[in-house]
Amino acid sequence: MLKYVLPLVLFIIMAVFLAIGLNLKPSEIPSPLLNKPAPVFAAPKLQAPQEKLSPADLKGQVWLFNVWASWCVSCREEHPVLNQLAQQKAVVIIGLNYKDDPAAAQTWLDTLGNPYTISIMDQDGRVGLDWGVYGVPETFVMDKKGIVRYKHTGPVMADDVQRIFLPLIAQLQAEAP
Amino acid sequence: MKQLILILTLLLVPVLAQAIDSRQLPTPEQQGAYDSLTAELRCLVCQNQTIADSNAELAADLRRQVYEMLEKGQSKEAILQFMTDRYGDFVLYKPPFKAKTGLLWLGPALFLVLGLLAVFWVIKQKKAAQSPEQGQAEKLAKIRRLLDEGDAS
Repeated sequence: MLKYVLPLVLFIIMAVFLAIGLNLKPSEIPSPLLNKPAPVFAAPKLQAPQEKLSPADLKGQVWLFNVWASWCVSCREEHPVLNQLAQQKAVVIIGLNYKDDPAAAQTWLDTLGNPYTISIMDQDGRVGLDWGVYGVPETFVMDKKGIVRYKHTGPVMADDVQRIFLPLIAQLQAEAP
Repeated sequence: MKQLILILTLLLVPVLAQAIDSRQLPTPEQQGAYDSLTAELRCLVCQNQTIADSNAELAADLRRQVYEMLEKGQSKEAILQFMTDRYGDFVLYKPPFKAKTGLLWLGPALFLVLGLLAVFWVIKQKKAAQSPEQGQAEKLAKIRRLLDEGDAS
């Protein structure tokens, strides 16, 4: 009896492990920044380079930190979703224009619309490195204390907004500053 | 002969080829640290390459970061800490031994033990199935039975 059952059991165990392996997404690396304070930066604003923005300026607000670039193909996919989210005025959206040419970035915003309250420039990728950015687009949800509460890697789709972002934003807006 | 030597010399060129962007640090220790660090940090975009091997922009940024930190006299440990603080243990090709990575480190030994146990178990089963004394006893019994039958007739 055991002779026949054992191979079957072994096969099932193997199949389960292989199925788990197939469904893992190695490109989604969990961020060690979760529930930690925002990495500090003071970066020039895209539309007013003489002015700088740092996370401290956003204390007391819930904000999204969206890493984007005009050279990034999936950012184009996500852009209408961000535009729509901006229209709902549920949250402040800050853009990190990552390793981009400012002129190209400006053209992008002019033609596709600008969902960002402020975009900051990171031409040499140093701010991105501090935030553990490895694949644009990436989106961080920040709470009123400036703590990273969620990280989304890859384009934010309409479904993600409904399922993850809006509920989380509502929860964070309700927290004491 | 000259041509052969020339060809052979040209074949050596790839051996001399440098890393994608070679950087020179002032002391040999720092240079060694740079080489070993870039060889043990993972490029997160092209996940099966180290940052020393990768041409990706992120890998170039990480190499620059390693270089700058070494230049400032920071230790290897400080640089590895800097990287894991930002990218997690995943950035390390040699993950640290802790509860979360325990299975990863002990897994091979565990499988070896399981394999050995299985082998012993199979051997034991086989032995039990055909132990020599048992076979002997059966044969003796058969002989005796046959002899008894022979006497009866």
